[in-house]
Amino acid sequence: MFDDVKKAFYIAKKDLKEYYMKPGTISWGLMFPFVFSLAFMIRRGGLTTWLAPGMISLALFFGSTSMSAMAIVFERRIDSFERLLLFPVSYVCIALGKSLSSFVLGIIASVPVLILAEIFVSAPHIHPLLLALCILLATFTSSTFGVLLSFLIKDPSQTMTIFNIVRFPMMFLSDVIIPVSTFPLVLKVISFLLPLTYITEAIRYSYSGTYDIVPPHISFTVTIILGVMFLYLSSLVIRKNIP
Amino acid sequence: MLNLYFRGDDVLENHDECVIVVEELTKKYGDLVAVKGINFCVRRGEIFGFLGPNGAGKTSTVRMLCGLTKITSGKAKIYGYDVARNHKNVKRIIGVVPESSNLYWDLTCLDNLLFCGEMFSVPREERLSRAIKLLKLFGLWGKRNVKFKNLSKGLKRRLTIAAALIHNPKILFMDEPTAGLDVFSKRMLWNRILGLKEKGVTIFLTTHNVREAFEVCDRIAIINKGRIVALGRPWELREAFSAKGIIEIVFHPNNPRVEEVSSLHGVIKVERKHELLKIVTYDTVRVLKEIAKLARSKGLDIYLLNVRGIDAEELFIKIVGDS
Repeated sequence: MFDDVKKAFYIAKKDLKEYYMKPGTISWGLMFPFVFSLAFMIRRGGLTTWLAPGMISLALFFGSTSMSAMAIVFERRIDSFERLLLFPVSYVCIALGKSLSSFVLGIIASVPVLILAEIFVSAPHIHPLLLALCILLATFTSSTFGVLLSFLIKDPSQTMTIFNIVRFPMMFLSDVIIPVSTFPLVLKVISFLLPLTYITEAIRYSYSGTYDIVPPHISFTVTIILGVMFLYLSSLVIRKNIP
Repeated sequence: MLNLYFRGDDVLENHDECVIVVEELTKKYGDLVAVKGINFCVRRGEIFGFLGPNGAGKTSTVRMLCGLTKITSGKAKIYGYDVARNHKNVKRIIGVVPESSNLYWDLTCLDNLLFCGEMFSVPREERLSRAIKLLKLFGLWGKRNVKFKNLSKGLKRRLTIAAALIHNPKILFMDEPTAGLDVFSKRMLWNRILGLKEKGVTIFLTTHNVREAFEVCDRIAIINKGRIVALGRPWELREAFSAKGIIEIVFHPNNPRVEEVSSLHGVIKVERKHELLKIVTYDTVRVLKEIAKLARSKGLDIYLLNVRGIDAEELFIKIVGDS
């Protein structure tokens, strides 16, 4: 168990060395969420207490999922991924390693938006430690979600298209920029099925002490459960992908 | 069926010596049966060649042994560990050189080896020294800080082999190790591979290069259409499957008709390549006498005469063709 965790860190370290500076990671993972937040801020004359948590969750979500898209799909395309299957490690370890590198990038992506929020929003934090913990938790769940999605993609050349087909609707349906409470029932139901809704609501509560439709105990619990579930499902998909 | 040298008995008789034991191993991809219940064992410290034409089932077999493909039915054990159940233990003791050089593109040569060392739990204090030793051994020391993607094909191959050796594996699986390499790189690699054998490493070699395999392997299995059609030492295979010899001859001023030569006693078949007649025979001396008689009767001189045994490639084609 400990050995597998150690090796997951080695995989993450290797991924960060390799893919941190790839154009796809920088443009979609780091620049897009920051520019998006900046654009909203300029348009509305600053970040609001309601919008800032959405921008933070958007940043960590795009940062972490972009990294997994690069690190997994690219390796699968050039056969390097098979190398991981030749090491004496479990499939969960591989999924965890890939998630950890995505996690780091997700955290990095969220920092500039957090700074913007700190400068322009005067929201009273419930507790900075709770916000930090929540961001770590949310980034972990985003990472494992990205890893699972990367392993499900059959054709690597379609990676970014598929990722964006999944990510962009979430941006509008997951309480990031539009309150779900204003949605008609059908969209509300869809929103409840999306992981980003719980992530955003958890961050919103830990940021400002308020929430839109998901109470904090539910958003936190679901975020934790989804993170672990995505990780486990990723390991199953790795095993299933072995011909 | 030319399965003369293998009926599964070497598994039973030499079980202690066997480090890889394969019994009734089968692989199906949907309706396609790629490997059909094969049996063989690989003995400790030998170079075991696994040959076959494209699509014969070589790669499927190797991938099953390495844990990269699921086993449909049958058993495979490596050093006593069941490949399907104990894949982690198996992976600790094997090194794999896949057909494509698939190390990490944006890592340097040194970083690639260090990462492999980490993943194989090579102790921290040994990792760097082993990596340096391997880089020097494979002539890559000067390229240690060059990214893998910037290496030439030959150098990529060398680094891929070096990476497979970082944890001192007991068994090395090599799939087409010399494919696409120039003569110098090939020779260098074979020297390294033979050096490994001297150190007691068992080598499972898959290759299309039949001549190389017959030169370096202790035993060879030939697989065709998912079945092992021959298994034995190179000389055993030659003796079992080849004709006694080949006579290459050019007459002067012109060759007799192919039919005339074919009708001589002891001739199996005759092929004509430009002016050269290639006569495959099971009785070389007798055919030589017959040829002399034929030449005398037709008033022909012999311009060129070459007598040789069947070569490895011809033998391979014969075994696969007959099966």
